[in-house]
Amino acid sequence: MSRVLVGVKRVIDYAVKIRVKPDHSGVVTDGVKHSMNPFCEIAVEEAVKLKEKKFIKEVVAVSCGPTQVTETIRTALAMGCDRGIHVEVSGKDYEAMGPLQISKIFAALAKKEEASLVILGKQAIDDDCNQTGQMTAALLDWPQGTFASEVTIDGEKVKVVREIDGGLETIKISMPAVLTADLRLNTPRYATLPNIMKAKKKKIATMKPADLGVDMVSRVEVLRVDEPPTRLAGVKVETVDDLVAKLKANGTI
Amino acid sequence: MASPLIRCFSKVGRQVSRPWSVCQHGLRNRSTQPDVSAEQAAALGVSYPPLQTYSEEEGMMRDAVNKFAHERLAPFVSKMDENSHMDAEVIKSLFEQGLMGIEIDPEYGGTGSTFFSSILVIEELAKVDASVAVLCDIQNTLINTLFTKLGTAAQKERYLSRLSTDMVGSFCLSEAESGSDAFSLKTRADKHGDYYVINGSKMWISNAEQAGVFLVMANVDPSAGHRGITCFIVDRDTEGLQIGKKENKLGLRASSTCPLNLDNIKVPEKNILGQIGHGYKYAIGMLNEGRIGIAAQMLGLAQGCFDQAVPYTRQRVQFGKRIFDFQVATLTTSKCIEWMGGVGFTKDYPVEKYYRDCKIGTIYEGTTNIQLSTMAKFIDKEYDH
Repeated sequence: MSRVLVGVKRVIDYAVKIRVKPDHSGVVTDGVKHSMNPFCEIAVEEAVKLKEKKFIKEVVAVSCGPTQVTETIRTALAMGCDRGIHVEVSGKDYEAMGPLQISKIFAALAKKEEASLVILGKQAIDDDCNQTGQMTAALLDWPQGTFASEVTIDGEKVKVVREIDGGLETIKISMPAVLTADLRLNTPRYATLPNIMKAKKKKIATMKPADLGVDMVSRVEVLRVDEPPTRLAGVKVETVDDLVAKLKANGTI
Repeated sequence: MASPLIRCFSKVGRQVSRPWSVCQHGLRNRSTQPDVSAEQAAALGVSYPPLQTYSEEEGMMRDAVNKFAHERLAPFVSKMDENSHMDAEVIKSLFEQGLMGIEIDPEYGGTGSTFFSSILVIEELAKVDASVAVLCDIQNTLINTLFTKLGTAAQKERYLSRLSTDMVGSFCLSEAESGSDAFSLKTRADKHGDYYVINGSKMWISNAEQAGVFLVMANVDPSAGHRGITCFIVDRDTEGLQIGKKENKLGLRASSTCPLNLDNIKVPEKNILGQIGHGYKYAIGMLNEGRIGIAAQMLGLAQGCFDQAVPYTRQRVQFGKRIFDFQVATLTTSKCIEWMGGVGFTKDYPVEKYYRDCKIGTIYEGTTNIQLSTMAKFIDKEYDH
C-alpha cells in the first residue's frame, strides 16, 4: 500500500478561444495560455486525499512532453504530490503523441515504481480521446475503474462508483488498478501560497521514453483540422404543422 | 579644499548641459534604484530584470490567486459592498490560502515569500475586490512587516503565528486632528512603573472591525514632539479599548473603517514594538512600503475594471459599429463608466464599484496632494544649484 502514479497533461486552458492554424495542420498553441487538464486536477486531488487519509504513502505526478510540462508537474506538486517525473518528448514525437504512446509509458512507469494505483483524468479537453486509462490497464493487465465519481479503498480492494449512461454503477476491483476521474469525483483544491513555496523543493526526475523501452512511433496520422461549421440562424415557424413540414423537407424526419 | 568645489562645479556643469530627455531618465532611475542607475549597473555586469518577468513560483502564485479570486471571492463581492460588511468566510479563505502571511517565515506558519509576491497577490485580489485587497495589503505590508522587523523573539512567537493563520491586525496612526500631519498626534502614553496608560482616540482605522491586534502609535513624551511617538501592541480584549461604529463610505465599503477610543488602557512595557520614541521612523518606513501595496491595489483595480468594460464595448453596437471601434484613448475607471453609458452608472454592472473604490487611492497612506508636494520638493532640490 505505498505509491500512486498520477498523470497530468498540459493542455490549452479551457477558457481560451481555440484557433485553427492557417495550414489546417492543427490548432495554434504558440503564446496561448496553457494549464493542467481539469480532469487531471481532479485526479491529483483524489490521490492527495487518499494520502491525507493515510491509505497511501506517496503520490508521484507524471507528465510527458517538452520542458513546458514541468510547470504542470509543479502545479501538481503544489497541490500536494510528493515528487514528479518528467518524460521528455518533443518535436515531431510530441506532435504525434497520443493515448497509445502515453499508456505504454505509464504502464512501464507503474511497473518500475511499483505503483498500487494509477489515477488519470477520464479524458483530456484537447483531444477528448478517453482512451489512455483504459489502454494503460489493458497493457498492465490490471482492473480498471473508469468515470469514477466516488473511490473508496477497502483493504486490498477498491470500491468505485462509476458514472454511466444509465446512472451510477458500483464495482469492486482488486489492486493494483487503474482509475480514471470523472467530473464529480471531487473539487480540486487551490494551490495555497505556502504549498507553492514548498513545491519548489520537491524533486522532478527527468527521463526519456527510450529509458522505459517505449517506442513513440505513431500509428495515427492527422490529415486535417477544421473548425466546426459556423452556426446558422434558426428559422421560426408559426404552427406545429409548419414545424413537421419543415423537418420533413430538410430530411430530418 | 579645492576638490569639493571642483566636484560641485563639474556636477553643475553636467546638469546644465544634459538634454531634458536624459534628465528625465535620470530622475526616474533615481526613484526606483537609489544608488545605481541602469547604465551604471549594466557596466558593472549587474542587471535588473524588467519588472514584468516573473520567476516560476511568482507566476504560479499569481495564477493561483487569480483563480481563487475569480472563483471563490467574486460571488461575495456585490453583497459585501451593499452591506458594507466583509464576509467571515472570505477572510477565513484568505488565511487558508496563505495570503495573510506571505512574507512571514514558515517557522511561524507563513509562506516565506518576498515583498514582490505580496504585491502580486494584492494586485490580483484587487482585480476582483479592492476591499479584500486592502485587508490583505495592510496585514502583509504594515502589520506583518512591523512585527517581523521590530519584534522581540517573544512578540514574534506570540503574534506572527496568529497573524499568518487566523488573526487580522490594524495599524492605528491617524486621528481626527492629524492625518497627513501624522506626527502631531495627540494620543498619550503615560509611564507607570512597568506599564503605560494610553489615552486618546484614533480615526479612520482600517480592519478595525475584524482585528485581533492593534498597533497603536502614541506619544510617551509630548515635550519631545514626534520623537516621543512609540508603537504599542494592543490586544483587542484590552479593557478600555472601544471600537466605534464603522464609517458608511463611498467606496471600499466592505473594508471596515472605524474610530477607536482608548480610555485609560493599560499596556505592559513588554508590548512596546521596537524602541521608545522611534515610532515616527517606523511609521514613515512602513508606509513607504505600504504605499507600493496601495499602488498595486489601484493597478489591479484599474485592470479589473478594464477587463470588465472591454468585452462589453466589443459587444455593444451603436451606429452600426462596436463601441470599441470608436477611438478611445484613456484607461481610467471613470472612462470605463462613460464607455458603458447608462448601464455603467447602475449597480447592475460591476464597473461603478471600481470607480467608487479607486477614489480612496488618492487619499489614504499618503494623499496625492502630499505626494505631489513631496515630488515637487525633490524636483526643486534638483534645480537648486
